[in-house]
Amino acid sequence: MIDWTHFTPWSSLAGGIMIGVAAAMLILVNGRIAGIAGIIGGLLRPASGDMAWRLAFIIGLLVAPAAYLIVAEPTPPTIAASYPMMIAAGLLVGAGTRYGSGCTSGHGVCGLSRLSPRSLVATLMFMAAGFATVFVVRHLV
Amino acid sequence: MNAVWAFLAGLLFGLGLIVSGMTDPSKIIGFLDITGAWDPSLAFVMGGAVLVGVVAFRLARRRTASFLGGAMHIPSARYIDRPLMLGSLAFGVGWGLAGYCPGPAVVALGSGQDQAVVFVVAMIAGMVLYEAADRLFHARRRRRVPRELSDVAGDA
Repeated sequence: MIDWTHFTPWSSLAGGIMIGVAAAMLILVNGRIAGIAGIIGGLLRPASGDMAWRLAFIIGLLVAPAAYLIVAEPTPPTIAASYPMMIAAGLLVGAGTRYGSGCTSGHGVCGLSRLSPRSLVATLMFMAAGFATVFVVRHLV
Repeated sequence: MNAVWAFLAGLLFGLGLIVSGMTDPSKIIGFLDITGAWDPSLAFVMGGAVLVGVVAFRLARRRTASFLGGAMHIPSARYIDRPLMLGSLAFGVGWGLAGYCPGPAVVALGSGQDQAVVFVVAMIAGMVLYEAADRLFHARRRRRVPRELSDVAGDA
């Protein structure tokens, strides 16, 4: 059953295209994959010697809400998870994305765009785990 | 120059996440709740991004250097192994619990969201723990993939 009151096809498609253009810029101009987990992971390995672009990209993400404020009023988010839940989730997302070499942006957006079988498997895995987790939390617990 | 362009890409990426609604965890959970009231918005975000991405990576693959003259760091790994699957499953569980993945969480951190601060600190701790465990494991047993190659794949 589709939740028509929350479904935002047009703004989501528009935002998705912006994300695609940003990923296109990073690969064509900088020669880098816009995978957020990978970019942060590289910052945690100081030997990599390519900190500047990584840091600059993350700063871009961090200032986006302030830049958005100039043009529009943001809708306040609804956050259901408690603080202990956020800690558990953060640990799983941090370790999992490094072990699995990518997240929604690296495997989901860039990997699927490259038609990578590896990223397709990763995307199916984290989607399946996400569906199962929400089913358990929302409908069983 | 690399940093300036990376900043602009990050800014546009972050704005895209805000416009698409993905910085709101309830939109993510709404998408993942297929047996409840399902919000398909996330599929439109991925669809829009991949539509542009397919063209970009097709162009990128033909190039030997980036516009700024640097190397093209395009992952070449094609193998499907246990770390890829187990790591992605663990990530999916955390994603479903919080409604945050790394990108939207960092953007929400930028807007000063309390829960996002807690999530990102825990996420970085998770990455550091993984790195430490990997180093320990790496010292004992040779990884199937050379470090260099896995780094490139790790950027995905």
